[in-house]
Amino acid sequence: MALVAAGCSNSSNGNGGGEAGGNTQAEGGKQGANEAVTISFMHLWPEGVSAAQSKVVSEIVKQYEDESGVTIKMEVLDNEQYKNKLKVLSTSNSLPDVGVTWSAGFLQPYVEGKLFAPLDDVLGDGLGDQFVAGTTDAFAIEGSTYGLPLEFNIAPIYYNTEIFANHNLTPPTTYEELLNVVQTLADQGVTPIALGNKDRWTGSLWYMYLADRIAGQELFSKALAGEESYMQDSLLQAAGEVQHLVDLNAFNKGFNGLSNDEGKADFYNEQAAMYLMGTWELANFTANPDIPQEFKDKVGFFKFPVVSGGKGDSNSWVGGPGVGLFVAENSPVKDEAKAFVKYFVEKWGEKSVTDAGVIPATKVDTASLELPQLYADLFNEMNQASSITLYADVQLEAEAAEVHLNQIQALFGKETTPEQFSEAHEQAINK
Amino acid sequence: MRVAWSGLFTWLEATNDMNKMMSNKWIITAYMMPALLLLGAIVYVPIFLTAYYGLHKWNGIQAMEFLGLANYKTLLGDRAFWSSAYHSLLLAVFSCLSLIGYLIISLVLASRIKGAQLLRKIYLIPMLLSSVAIAQLWLKIYHPSNGLLNVFLERLGFADTPAWLAEPSLVLGAIFVPILWQYAGFYILIYYAALKGVPKEVEEAATIDGASAWQMAWRIKVPLISEVLKVTVVLAAVGSLKYFDLIYVMTNGGPNGASEVMASYMYRIAFKSFDFGYASAVSFFLLLICLIVTWLIRRATASDDKIQYS
Repeated sequence: MALVAAGCSNSSNGNGGGEAGGNTQAEGGKQGANEAVTISFMHLWPEGVSAAQSKVVSEIVKQYEDESGVTIKMEVLDNEQYKNKLKVLSTSNSLPDVGVTWSAGFLQPYVEGKLFAPLDDVLGDGLGDQFVAGTTDAFAIEGSTYGLPLEFNIAPIYYNTEIFANHNLTPPTTYEELLNVVQTLADQGVTPIALGNKDRWTGSLWYMYLADRIAGQELFSKALAGEESYMQDSLLQAAGEVQHLVDLNAFNKGFNGLSNDEGKADFYNEQAAMYLMGTWELANFTANPDIPQEFKDKVGFFKFPVVSGGKGDSNSWVGGPGVGLFVAENSPVKDEAKAFVKYFVEKWGEKSVTDAGVIPATKVDTASLELPQLYADLFNEMNQASSITLYADVQLEAEAAEVHLNQIQALFGKETTPEQFSEAHEQAINK
Repeated sequence: MRVAWSGLFTWLEATNDMNKMMSNKWIITAYMMPALLLLGAIVYVPIFLTAYYGLHKWNGIQAMEFLGLANYKTLLGDRAFWSSAYHSLLLAVFSCLSLIGYLIISLVLASRIKGAQLLRKIYLIPMLLSSVAIAQLWLKIYHPSNGLLNVFLERLGFADTPAWLAEPSLVLGAIFVPILWQYAGFYILIYYAALKGVPKEVEEAATIDGASAWQMAWRIKVPLISEVLKVTVVLAAVGSLKYFDLIYVMTNGGPNGASEVMASYMYRIAFKSFDFGYASAVSFFLLLICLIVTWLIRRATASDDKIQYS
């Protein structure tokens, strides 16, 4: 029996052990009496993974420390580990003073648990006007804003101009033209689209654009929010189009089992012609020294094409704010933390584009900065955007988001029909 | 120090207090307490807490909501869970079957062949690698266009090599290979050690009686290490039922749950859907399944053999 208990206990330790680990971060936030104020700051840009962002963060923190005399204690984790640790810290109510959060569905349980402080006072001080319209809305629950966005992204389709030229193709503006491009490339033995759908959100981008173009942004948003039924013909058609693309062999082989990094490798080593991804990828196409310059010169982008008979227009984008900063409600140095957050957002907006290749959520004065052409073009597009639909797996609540992502993988793998796809969403959203 | 201790024992023996000490319940309890407390705090208390959390609805941040047995009822009707339980069961069955292969390898290694030393070390290597390293290695082998396996198959002439980790019908089988490979060294080592414990006299007697190699292995050695065999069957079965590592890193549950096992399902519910109550129920249920399987295996392999050389 002892053997079995020892053997089986690992599965149950996963839950019990997590709580013990949460208390170690508590020390950082509890200091801060009178003289030496220490703010604990947890972020997700480790030097090894996001070198440029990490550098900008360190510079801003150092500047703030010099100017204000406050000490900032930083803790850095990788993206997935960050999410896990934040979860663990929240269960023992020992969040860092300042941290990074995502919007909408991710933010909601934390706000409901009263773990984040409302930041309306910080916004009201003139900072609110500096944000691109709509970015702070994603971080607002019931009228109060709980996070200040640091990133803003839209998702264009990047393409390899050389491959297109070699096959006498031009960037498509209608969906029929896109299908033609896919067909031509597939016939010639070139992978049309690079996709790594193991993590599922990458396929979700394709589906979301099709739903947006066919059903229209308004109907799609309402369906995701549960205000309209998901069993609409237009949404069924969108799911069907995804499977049509799979049938045309539009994606690289085995895409459903490849991670995003493995999938995009095909685009980077010029074996695939197109790649739908967010503007966070721009850093790789412009500044990253590890990518050969000749490849960078070949990258262009086009907007997701319109579907004839569909209700979406070409200026409607899938995208939204990326991460934002929060201040913990139970922080002993809340005012100092809010001041730091305000400073950080302002300085980040100035540096992030040129130094890190990240588009901030605050308005950027493109005229005064020297930007690579891709950035300038995309900034123009953002200014002309008619609407932005937030990514489905961020918009939906955690459980519904999981259902959505699993259904996406099943849809791309042809394991489910469009009807079952819509039904699963209908059930999950209305639960 | 030694002199003092031996002096103490001599004095105790002399006064017959040693026997009293050894049979004194308080002394026995005192010696067992530290280990018992540690085991209780680290193993048993979390088990009970898990069962307790399974009775609630909890997203990790807000207060817990008591649900009674609702989570367990949902569990019994959850198709995704039973599908993952089935995959775990398949893994357990294949693990136990692969033990036969390991036994044969050990029998060959234990009979003084040339190079047995080196082979033993080679077989042990996978066990020394971390699970994540093994996962990364096999991901590269299984890569649909550039992976070792598919390139090899294409050279042999197969035109349409499958995407091993993306096809729901193939992914489970594809993942079982590295899992079984990972623990091969462990079981081979156990069997080898057990076989070495079989006394030479028995082997020599059997040789004199005219036993062939096959009879020697099957009739003499294997029965003498049957207790070890039973323990490894339990280890393999229970270890497979709660297996997590390679599944999580290689496919994360596979295309829409095609390679999900119970432990990865529990992880997904807890840390992706943030439903810690239900995940605790799944976790506790996994424990119950492991206990039942262990009991069944011990029952099925119980025997009255008294002579053991392991």
